[in-house]
Amino acid sequence: MRLVAPLAVVGVATALLSACGNSSSNPNQYGPNPTLPGPHRGLLPTMKIASPAGWGDQRPVVPAGYAITAIATDLKIPRQTLVLPNGDILVAEGRGGGESKLTPKDFVASKLKAQGTSPVKGGNRLTLLRDANGDGVYETRTVFAENLNAPYGLALIGNTLYVADQDALLKFDYRTGQTRASGPPVVVTPLPSAVNHHWTKALTASPDGRFLYVGIGSNSNITERGMNVETDRAMIWQVDAQTGAHRQFATGLRNPTALAIQPVTNQLWAVVNERDEIGPNLVPDYLTQVREGGFYGWPYSYWGQHVDNRVRPQNAAKVASAIVPDYGLGSHVAALGVAFSSAAMGPHFADGVFVGEHGSWNRTPPSGYRVIFVPFTNGRPSGPPIDFVTSFMGKDGKTRGRPVGVTVDPKGALIVADDLSNTIWRVTPVRATAAPPTR
Amino acid sequence: MADERGPVARARLHPVHAFLLAGCVPLFLGALLSDWAYSSTYEIQWTNFASWLLVGALVLAGLALLWALVDLLRADRGWRGRSLIYVLVLLAAWVVGFINALVHAKDAWAKMPEALILSVIVAILVLAACWLGLSTWRSGEVK
Repeated sequence: MRLVAPLAVVGVATALLSACGNSSSNPNQYGPNPTLPGPHRGLLPTMKIASPAGWGDQRPVVPAGYAITAIATDLKIPRQTLVLPNGDILVAEGRGGGESKLTPKDFVASKLKAQGTSPVKGGNRLTLLRDANGDGVYETRTVFAENLNAPYGLALIGNTLYVADQDALLKFDYRTGQTRASGPPVVVTPLPSAVNHHWTKALTASPDGRFLYVGIGSNSNITERGMNVETDRAMIWQVDAQTGAHRQFATGLRNPTALAIQPVTNQLWAVVNERDEIGPNLVPDYLTQVREGGFYGWPYSYWGQHVDNRVRPQNAAKVASAIVPDYGLGSHVAALGVAFSSAAMGPHFADGVFVGEHGSWNRTPPSGYRVIFVPFTNGRPSGPPIDFVTSFMGKDGKTRGRPVGVTVDPKGALIVADDLSNTIWRVTPVRATAAPPTR
Repeated sequence: MADERGPVARARLHPVHAFLLAGCVPLFLGALLSDWAYSSTYEIQWTNFASWLLVGALVLAGLALLWALVDLLRADRGWRGRSLIYVLVLLAAWVVGFINALVHAKDAWAKMPEALILSVIVAILVLAACWLGLSTWRSGEVK
């Protein structure tokens, strides 16, 4: 009898600490009208840090008719890639951030989250991979540029290579065939870098080459570092490639981690990571066409007019103006890569976008840890996502890789950067007429 | 009520125990005031202060609690009743304080108004524990 009371206390405590049992439900959160439950958080946030493991003999799983190979390993935190006109691949490697820890929570959370990432130190460099004879083996590997500061976004306009470090937009002269930068970079414009909670600077170039678009993440989950540090954060800048002058192209995007220009329409699209700690099924990360001058809600609201009560002071006028994004990707998947496909990727994956999902921490069961394909029709998303590269998280619950940037090689390949196993993966359609793929 | 052992047999709380107990009071009060400042200004630094003040308060209160438990086990029967009340009130203060620390880990305004309410409760409990503790005689012989 005496045992009953302590057991009851433990039971109540467990119920208080857990997310009250609603974590296993999986409402449909794909597409334009995701199911959004009410916000909820237990006394502790739901945390599920998947422990890493090596690939061994295993490989990520791709659809029938496709093959996957590792074209580079032992990199130093590869994030985004760029396929150059001659087929060479540039890889941006680095780890940014390093915000000061403000609260007891920051100390605990940073220790826990570090368990789910690679212990390797970021390379702060660009690595170039070359497959000279087109056999799918990238036999040449050089360091194109080093001593950078957490490079992430990459873009090429003519003979100029643009690199978005975590604190500045840089440019290098580039000649086709070059394997090493001919000199140090020139700063096009500094980028907002105080605190740098979400440090990645996504980058893409306008089709006419006049502008660069830079994705700048918020400095907090939901303003817990104060509103002052959110100046010039959670937005996309349009930067003049010649002068470095910038203006705010779109705002209220919590963490726009990858940008891409849609072929034919020439519209800017982005994947955006939404806020945490209001439940396993809030808020869906999203893929959206970015409307010029648009406001997408952060921090005041999410998915249009759903007010986030954690923000003070509130702003009803901003909430009213918030745009509903185009396509939900599911909550906490951590979309970090986006690329428009082409006919070279095979008939089933020709029209649409690939999205790299780094994977969740604030959810049980975990979500993401894969590359998906969102099919498009007439320039708009037109159906549920299709798994394209999976098994980064094994059935044993261990993670062997975490996808970041995805890039479509016009020759017919998807390049996937994996910042856990420090690998670049290449997924290619297996052509019936060609020789069997070399593995 | 006369104590048969006389004044020489009575000793106050050990000075270190008293320091730990009294020391956590301004920290808990500071957390309460910081919470109140955040709730009225929305200035985030106040809630950062509150979180750290709570951690400091829990360390001191936790050590005081351990000391009080040891004292309780060593106390002679005559003083056990009163010591027990002191220990229970201090335990309650620590438990509510710990829950309050977890609530303070919620981002921005998500912690409100629970954080402020819990801080008020903890402040009352810790003042009561301090009152009881500092007016309790320590048991045992004084050499």
